[in-house]
Amino acid sequence: MASVPAPEVLRAPLVVEFPFTRSLGPVQSAFLTGLRERTVLGVKTHDGRTLVPPVEYDPVTAEEIRDLVEVAATGTVTTWAWNHEPRRGQPLGTPFAWVLVELDGADTALLHALDAPGPDAVRTGMRVRIRWAAERVGAITDIACFEPYDGARDERRPEPHAGEFDEPVTGIVAAARLDYTYSPGRAQSAYIHALSERKTVGERCPSCRKVYVPPRGACPTCGVGTAERVEVGPRGTVTTYCIVNIKAKNAMNDAIEVPYVYAHIALDGADLALHARIAGIPYDEVRMGLRVEPVWTDGGRYPDHYRPTGEPDADYDTYKELV
Amino acid sequence: MRPVRDVAVVAFGQTDHLRSTDELSEVEMLMPVLHEVLAATGLRTSDIGFTCSGSSDYLAGRAFSFTMALDGVGAWPPISESHVEMDGAWALYEAWTKLQTGEADTALVYSYGKSSPGSVRDVLTRQLDPYYVAPLWPDSVALAALQAQALIDAGETDEPALAGVAHRSRADAAANSHAQLSGSVARGEYVVRPLRTGDCPPVGDGAAAVILAAGEHARGLCERPAWIRGIDHRIEAHGIGVRDLTDSPSTRLAAERAGVFERPVDTAELHAPFTSQEVVLRKALDLGDDVTVNPSGGALAANPMMAAGLIRIGEAAARIHRGACDRAVAHATSGPCLQQNLVAVLEGDAR
Repeated sequence: MASVPAPEVLRAPLVVEFPFTRSLGPVQSAFLTGLRERTVLGVKTHDGRTLVPPVEYDPVTAEEIRDLVEVAATGTVTTWAWNHEPRRGQPLGTPFAWVLVELDGADTALLHALDAPGPDAVRTGMRVRIRWAAERVGAITDIACFEPYDGARDERRPEPHAGEFDEPVTGIVAAARLDYTYSPGRAQSAYIHALSERKTVGERCPSCRKVYVPPRGACPTCGVGTAERVEVGPRGTVTTYCIVNIKAKNAMNDAIEVPYVYAHIALDGADLALHARIAGIPYDEVRMGLRVEPVWTDGGRYPDHYRPTGEPDADYDTYKELV
Repeated sequence: MRPVRDVAVVAFGQTDHLRSTDELSEVEMLMPVLHEVLAATGLRTSDIGFTCSGSSDYLAGRAFSFTMALDGVGAWPPISESHVEMDGAWALYEAWTKLQTGEADTALVYSYGKSSPGSVRDVLTRQLDPYYVAPLWPDSVALAALQAQALIDAGETDEPALAGVAHRSRADAAANSHAQLSGSVARGEYVVRPLRTGDCPPVGDGAAAVILAAGEHARGLCERPAWIRGIDHRIEAHGIGVRDLTDSPSTRLAAERAGVFERPVDTAELHAPFTSQEVVLRKALDLGDDVTVNPSGGALAANPMMAAGLIRIGEAAARIHRGACDRAVAHATSGPCLQQNLVAVLEGDAR
């Protein structure tokens, strides 16, 4: 099969979403539980600085630090940036300023959002205070945002705090979601297009002449590009297999009874085995060398499974390189 | 660190950097660059003593995405190989270290990134402190803008000066055929004030590769090797409220350790994706007006994630190869607001 013009680029949405469950150390636990109780805690370094938000180890010396103090809910902006187009997940849905705020009593700054009418209302050095979230759970988002405040700096030295609260939070669940538009590239696009015509297409390496299925655009042995398309199959040989005894926990495979066989299949003309389910034969009669063919279901975008062709088994020498 | 063994960059290649490369998979994008550096030296994969790459699964949205890219190397018979989930500059550092041990005499270093499938501004939030910062989703431009405002407040720069950095970078990039953004580029509207579109790097896809060689191997592979006289990297606290955003002590310390300050440099390739970060780096590296900064256009002209830092080292080396430079400093950064910094000194043999 000669090279043909590249088909249109395929695209599909890909969403990566995962709730990360993270445990908290003693200092983080006290800080986040404190936010729930509208109390802001910092931690003292051995050289006398107060870090807010507090961390478990001194960022300069790496010493373990555990001495907590309570600081004010008011502070001073040390730098800012006007964000006129809030993005998903950010603290406010209306235009706001990102700010670093040095809370009264702290020596370091906390990153958060400032609710202000516009950039002209924000400057470095301005006084702000915490606006607490109505529902607080023990998370950084218990601070809804900061708001402008016209009071002077609280000059009191921060008082030591035991960091003890009823029902402290010991972990957070951080939801993370990223959206992608996936494009499989030239070679894999061609493979997927061919599948839509119920054909399986590989690519031949110009150097070692091996035919790779599915093609990825490069020969992993020679490190050169592949372009010559070769139709393979549709029949093939089982090179190895396994028996699955655990039912899959997703709707797509719900109808598949266990035990079933999952096999590596070397399609005729291919130098790389792909894998698929074997059906149409009792699971304990599947064997290496069994000749199989694809079974397509209506609307299926790839073979649903492979079944025996009834041909004599292939000789081991014909597929041993692919096991 | 100073070398116990002379190691040089002997070849450098990079793709054209594009807003989108939908028609190519990562390996399809990367492979021509690998072939380019191998052809430049006459080496085959089997001649390479060590291979090291840099990339990020978060850009691809897939776990172990770098394994696919290895197909482009031709890793058979099995090769000595490693990968860092960082910019390729750090892969180069690992390879340089390997050559220092004497375990290998040549190394292939490559890195690549496709920002186009996702939203890189949001993707980069996932590298932040997961307890106190990431839940607020402060994007990469927002964090850079906080740094820019701190510099303006400190009187270190202003918006017209930042526009000047952008203008110079893209004007210089007109001579760089691989650049994504060159020539006359408008300052644009604010993205996150005080940073305008012109202060921000283009979002794009690209790849780069270099070959390192030790001692006499280098002289045999390249007419004028770019010797790495020193290389070091340092990191600052991840909490940006703990740091002085107007300075980069980690860059300065890495530069000291690499020997940057011992003799003047004539060229600097700085990895400053935002105009304001060039201001910080010039100060930390004590670069005078007599130093040519980012003749390639820098990351403001092309910023393929995970490759832009390696490209800084490659661009500096290529100028030495061409005889356009004798002593250069190359810099790579990672993390928010220049949190991590790698500095290398490259020299050509005296002429």
